[in-house]
Amino acid sequence: MSTDTKGGAPVDAHSGTVTTGHEWDGIRELNTPLPRWWLYTFYACIVWAIGYWVVYPAWPLLSGYTHGVAGWQSRNAVVEDIAALKALRAPMNDKIAKASLSEIEKTPELLSFARAQGSAAFAINCAPCHGSGGQGAYGYPNLNADRWIWGGTLEEIKTTITHGARSADDPATHLSAMPGFGRDGLLDAKQISNVADYVRTLSGGKPEAGADLAAGKKLFADNCSACHGPEGKGNKDVGAPNLTTSVWLYGPAKADIVKRVNVGGGGVMPAWGAKLDEGTIKSLTVFVHSLGGGQ
Amino acid sequence: MTSASSGRSLWVRHQTLEKNSILLLIGILIAISFGGLVEVLPLFYLKSTIEKVDGVRPYSPLELTGFNIYVREGCYLCHSQMIRPLRDEVERYGHYSLAAESMYDHPFQWGSKRNGPDLARVGGKYSDDWHRDHLRNPRAVVPASIMPGYPWLEKTPLDPTHVAEHMSTLALTGVPYTKEMIDNAVADFWAQGGSDEASPDLLKRYPKAIARDAGGDKQQLTEADALIAYLQRLGTQVDFKLYDDKANIR
Repeated sequence: MSTDTKGGAPVDAHSGTVTTGHEWDGIRELNTPLPRWWLYTFYACIVWAIGYWVVYPAWPLLSGYTHGVAGWQSRNAVVEDIAALKALRAPMNDKIAKASLSEIEKTPELLSFARAQGSAAFAINCAPCHGSGGQGAYGYPNLNADRWIWGGTLEEIKTTITHGARSADDPATHLSAMPGFGRDGLLDAKQISNVADYVRTLSGGKPEAGADLAAGKKLFADNCSACHGPEGKGNKDVGAPNLTTSVWLYGPAKADIVKRVNVGGGGVMPAWGAKLDEGTIKSLTVFVHSLGGGQ
Repeated sequence: MTSASSGRSLWVRHQTLEKNSILLLIGILIAISFGGLVEVLPLFYLKSTIEKVDGVRPYSPLELTGFNIYVREGCYLCHSQMIRPLRDEVERYGHYSLAAESMYDHPFQWGSKRNGPDLARVGGKYSDDWHRDHLRNPRAVVPASIMPGYPWLEKTPLDPTHVAEHMSTLALTGVPYTKEMIDNAVADFWAQGGSDEASPDLLKRYPKAIARDAGGDKQQLTEADALIAYLQRLGTQVDFKLYDDKANIR
């Protein structure tokens, strides 16, 4: 118990602690000193703050602010961080950017790096539509199947990634789209029903009872074969899917086919050429090509 | 009172504050206002707060309608629109956000929660159809998504009657909407949402505006169409190929 009477202040008889001298209705206030460790930490923080003001950007002024002697800037710092990251990847990424796609495929060292880098880029940029495993979804092509709307060779995949499909901001994008045969009044509801029945048979589907397949075949030859081919095997130059397989972008049911013939159109894929660098696009190409359907 | 200091010392005067709650309250308000004065006030008078950047224009009427839906649905509660100047964020989302890019947002949508990803540069990343599927039922395209569906957006027709009034109100706060823009608000609204080709008038008033026949065969724009027009524009105004990082160190 302290018996200090510093400053002549009275000491509380019960606890032995100095009081502040304040008294309200006989109740007096103890003046317990702050722990030393706490007090010194507090002073150290004040000293630290003053040092911080000197070294880093801190105080606003009338027409600017104090920049600090270290010259640190968050915007400079991120540019340096990104540059360091690029430098870290550069040895491999530059080789990938310079090499042709077939060279990457033939060089195991480049191939394994490109696949890993492509896999990471796929997860961020492509998985939201094509699925985390490239399995696709209604309206978004399956990349695992050996069925390609715009072509499945390395070069064709790279072109599609770079320019997208029906992408508004890239003039070199894949442009052609299916007409809306119902919406634009090219076929009436009966004709669309007939042609849908016929299209289902192309991939071995069973037509509805009483379907007029002859009429459907005639309509297909007149309206659809120009793009989808006389046998419905599709045409990659115009992005017309192969209709003879069990891979369906918009579903195999008759209602799905009727809807598609009605409204036409086609999916939109963004162009990635302006967003990703050459090395990343080539890595993505190699990765997508490796998913199972590469040609 | 047996204080060693007699008379009106600082300590004794401080007792006046402690014993008068109203005075104490005023004193506290003055003390804590310093934080605001030092951290907030300078942003209003420092010219370098908003950097000068080419390309940022006010929202077109359709985009503005979408912005209002974004605010109404509280998207900012889970999605930020602020890519911080940190390596990992720039890697994932693109160039860090500039103050100029949100200078016409009232209220701004920077947000502070990221239950979902940052949306500052979501424009052009997905197709319109993807956004439509995703707004209806996020799980349809992103199986692990925890975002709620907003299926009523594509069922609620849009009414552009009041968009011009909203633009006039924003003009009062300093958004540079001209009289011409406000007079043509409804026409521009339909020009952007009802045709696949942006008209020269629309592009003159709102450069880079993307027109799309969202109404299509149903001849009716919905809230989803406006929201998608807004989302597709996010972060696409500034051409970062022409942007000089060094010139904007301030």
